[in-house]
Amino acid sequence: MMMRALKENNLCFGGMKGMDDFMKRKLITFLIILICFLLEGSVFHRLSFAGIKPNLLIIVTSSFGFMRGKKEGMFVGVVSGIMVDLFWGSTLGFNILLYTVIGYMNGAFQRMFYDDDIKLPIVLIGSSEFIYGLITYGCVYMLRGDFAFFTYLVNIILPELVYTILATLLLYQIILLINKKLEEEEQRSASKFV
Amino acid sequence: MKTKNQSSFSSKYLLIAIVVVSVILLGIERFTDGGGPLRFVAGYTVIPMQKGISYVGRFLSDLTDNFETLEDMKKTNEKLQTKVDELTIDNTRLRQEQYELERLRELYKLDENYSDYEKIGARVIMNNGSNWYADFTIDKGSKDGVQVNSNVLAGSGLVGIVTEVGPNYARVRSIIDDASNVSAMMLSTSDTCMVRGDLKLMADGRLYFEKLANNDNEIEAGEQVVTSHVSSRFLQGLFIGYVSDVKVDSNNLTRSGYITPAVDFSKLQEVLVITTTKQDMLADDDESAEGE
Repeated sequence: MMMRALKENNLCFGGMKGMDDFMKRKLITFLIILICFLLEGSVFHRLSFAGIKPNLLIIVTSSFGFMRGKKEGMFVGVVSGIMVDLFWGSTLGFNILLYTVIGYMNGAFQRMFYDDDIKLPIVLIGSSEFIYGLITYGCVYMLRGDFAFFTYLVNIILPELVYTILATLLLYQIILLINKKLEEEEQRSASKFV
Repeated sequence: MKTKNQSSFSSKYLLIAIVVVSVILLGIERFTDGGGPLRFVAGYTVIPMQKGISYVGRFLSDLTDNFETLEDMKKTNEKLQTKVDELTIDNTRLRQEQYELERLRELYKLDENYSDYEKIGARVIMNNGSNWYADFTIDKGSKDGVQVNSNVLAGSGLVGIVTEVGPNYARVRSIIDDASNVSAMMLSTSDTCMVRGDLKLMADGRLYFEKLANNDNEIEAGEQVVTSHVSSRFLQGLFIGYVSDVKVDSNNLTRSGYITPAVDFSKLQEVLVITTTKQDMLADDDESAEGE
């Protein structure tokens, strides 16, 4: 009797715990996005070289994509896209679309991802950033009738790519560390009840 | 195997759903002002955080300023003192001219609409994080009298125009933004031209001007450029910058060139917002004209 009550209690608690972990992960992910967003609008404006800042939100979206899979990549993409559209963009929806697709595409590479390999993340984040630059140029500037693609490539897209990859070296390690800690914790709480 | 398939299917559907929603949002944007409730919520959540961060940033930069040596201070003080003397002399001379101008204006019965505008100070709390736009957010909004199309100054020069207003924040598009067009004129000759922001020139902080009539009036480097009397959004006579380069276009009818703006856009901290917009002023004029 006592055992059964304890077990029920435990089960219930376990369910709560699982929910807790889920919420905790979502909350921490959201906080990472928010902090990167806030930093990019303030500190990185001062740290810009020749008026170019790195794109932190692409790093976050892309790395959550290949670390956690398509769904989480999309979640991060949607949140980042909403923030960018509301505060920096011109039309609501454009960046949501772009960041979501980038998150989804990176999620497809989850099976090739290993913690200790830095090459794949850099290649993925680099190409995401490059695609982001190309599409932004194509949809905002080319549609306005500005066909000086090469100038934009040399002046904006490539410098931003280089600076983003530099920022990746630092920011990606932090995200990886946080993700590892979260995964360890989830495994610990999951193994308790098996 | 089956579960894997299921999860990849559902994420595919999720992607399609989000894509559809975004496209609908993009379509709706054409007909509404955009944002709506989302923007309202964001205005009350993210903006205060941004204010906090910019406050911390200001505090830190003040702290580093405190470490400047006394010697530097003395040197600057001396320099400033000579500057003050110079300016005092200038000021007395200008004031005399001002009296003269007032008298002449009275003679001409010109109204003094343009002499001084009501302004409020505001702090820059967030810059645009993407490299494709040059706009920023300030910590004053409709509660403080800021309106869409309010002109924004820093120091003595024009910075930009308010494009979006929330209750406690406003977004300002800089004149160096690629989408910015300002109707301007040369101060000495009153010839009008268009001043355009250009993404390619953004890094050097320069502006491009075009459509200046190629007439007999000589324009040289160093000529002052101000907002024109024909602009529908910018108040007349706001200082934009100095002409740095001018050349005749291949059509021989117009001239174009570059302008060095009076404001350093990379280090904006405090700005002044003119609360009266040009539209207000035009409406007032219409009313008084009707009254007469």
